[in-house]
Amino acid sequence: MKARAFSYARPTTVVEALETFATSGADASYIAGGQSLVPALALRLQAPELLIDIAHIPSLRGIELQGRWLRIGALTRHCEALTDPLIARHAPLLREAAPFVAHPAIRNKGTLGGSVALADPASEFPAMMLAMGAELEIAGSDGNRRVPADDFFIELFQTAIEPGELLVAIHVPVVGPRHRLAFDELARRRGDYAIVGAGLLAEFNGDCIQSIRAAFFSVGNTPLRAMTVEGVLTGRNLDRTAIAEAQAALADDLAPPDDEHTPAAVRLHLARVLLGRLLGKLMVAA
Amino acid sequence: MTAPVNIQMTVNGEAVSCAVAPRETLADFLRQGLELTGTHTGCEMGVCGACLVVLDGQVVHSCLTFAVQADGSVIETIEGLNDRSVIADIQEAFHARNALQCGFCTSGVLMTAHSLLSQPGVPSREQIRDALSGNYCRCTGYEAIVDAIESVARDRAAAPAARQIEEAGA
Repeated sequence: MKARAFSYARPTTVVEALETFATSGADASYIAGGQSLVPALALRLQAPELLIDIAHIPSLRGIELQGRWLRIGALTRHCEALTDPLIARHAPLLREAAPFVAHPAIRNKGTLGGSVALADPASEFPAMMLAMGAELEIAGSDGNRRVPADDFFIELFQTAIEPGELLVAIHVPVVGPRHRLAFDELARRRGDYAIVGAGLLAEFNGDCIQSIRAAFFSVGNTPLRAMTVEGVLTGRNLDRTAIAEAQAALADDLAPPDDEHTPAAVRLHLARVLLGRLLGKLMVAA
Repeated sequence: MTAPVNIQMTVNGEAVSCAVAPRETLADFLRQGLELTGTHTGCEMGVCGACLVVLDGQVVHSCLTFAVQADGSVIETIEGLNDRSVIADIQEAFHARNALQCGFCTSGVLMTAHSLLSQPGVPSREQIRDALSGNYCRCTGYEAIVDAIESVARDRAAAPAARQIEEAGA
């Protein structure tokens, strides 16, 4: 349970971090909060020769309203998602999801950027990027680019971040007075990985759903949007019939794998139950 | 190169300067380098909570932090909390209610309790259990731990003035 020996670098700018990686021969890992990486190192699932500690780069910090977008620095910690007033007001799905992320001591050190960059398909925050329609700002040798969440999650633990690149910020479209949202997950114990979880963000016109994004996690190799469900609900008044149709449509969106604890059919059933509960919350949230 | 790196930090109020291997966790550094063995290493992967310490004001797993990452930080271990007497009432409540048996998890549990009880208000039993969700205890079944923390929360809320006077005199 001890990590293999490695070297350690502590850059103070993004440019310095990228250069350090570039000259490392690629056998390097960035480390921020380290709450997923350090266990992986201890179990020797990963054994890089160099750790590049990005936790002391000031430009990766801070939460700032920029017009219709909230810029959340990659080093923002999970516990800040629970307490930050800008997140509570403008990106409340993160606030809703945060209590479900691991345990208090992990939330004190784990970072939003790290969670999204790792892209664990059972994690809450990556899926919320999809639900919120966030954009991920990535720094590379050619400068910074913004990738929509829909194009960010590619395969299991694989994202649009190329080797050596760095996720620097999360940009979230701010919610308005006509938005309603809901988050929940089903887990055996609080803090455990969810059997299935989901977040919904909808914009209403009266009782009519003008647009909706529904993102699920723990249902496959990446977090997933339920696009068929979204199509069923868009332009409709949210009532019991609409909810039942959305639940029925979920089978077209999700094809969860069998695993030793949870058969695929059970997971799909639980996803339907969760979707019904969340839509019920949206119905009464007016 | 994986050669030792010089680090400086404040541990329990004292300045510490040391050379550590980059792969050495903060938990191992505290226990072996500084002989502060109140911090326990159980799972060494951030699950059991026996290694919790206060790092720059927040409770974190010392097994999930390399000592080099903590260069420049202010750290307080269970020894520090004990010596400052800030958890004396929690320790007494644990004793009175048999909230420990083998004691392996206790320093981590006390860290969690200290963090929770440093926040305003009296937490509900559910909130106490949620706060303890990252601490494994294989002896007590948690009931006595929750009882002890709840009783301290109520006592502190009932007598904040008396406590302040007591602390000022201590």
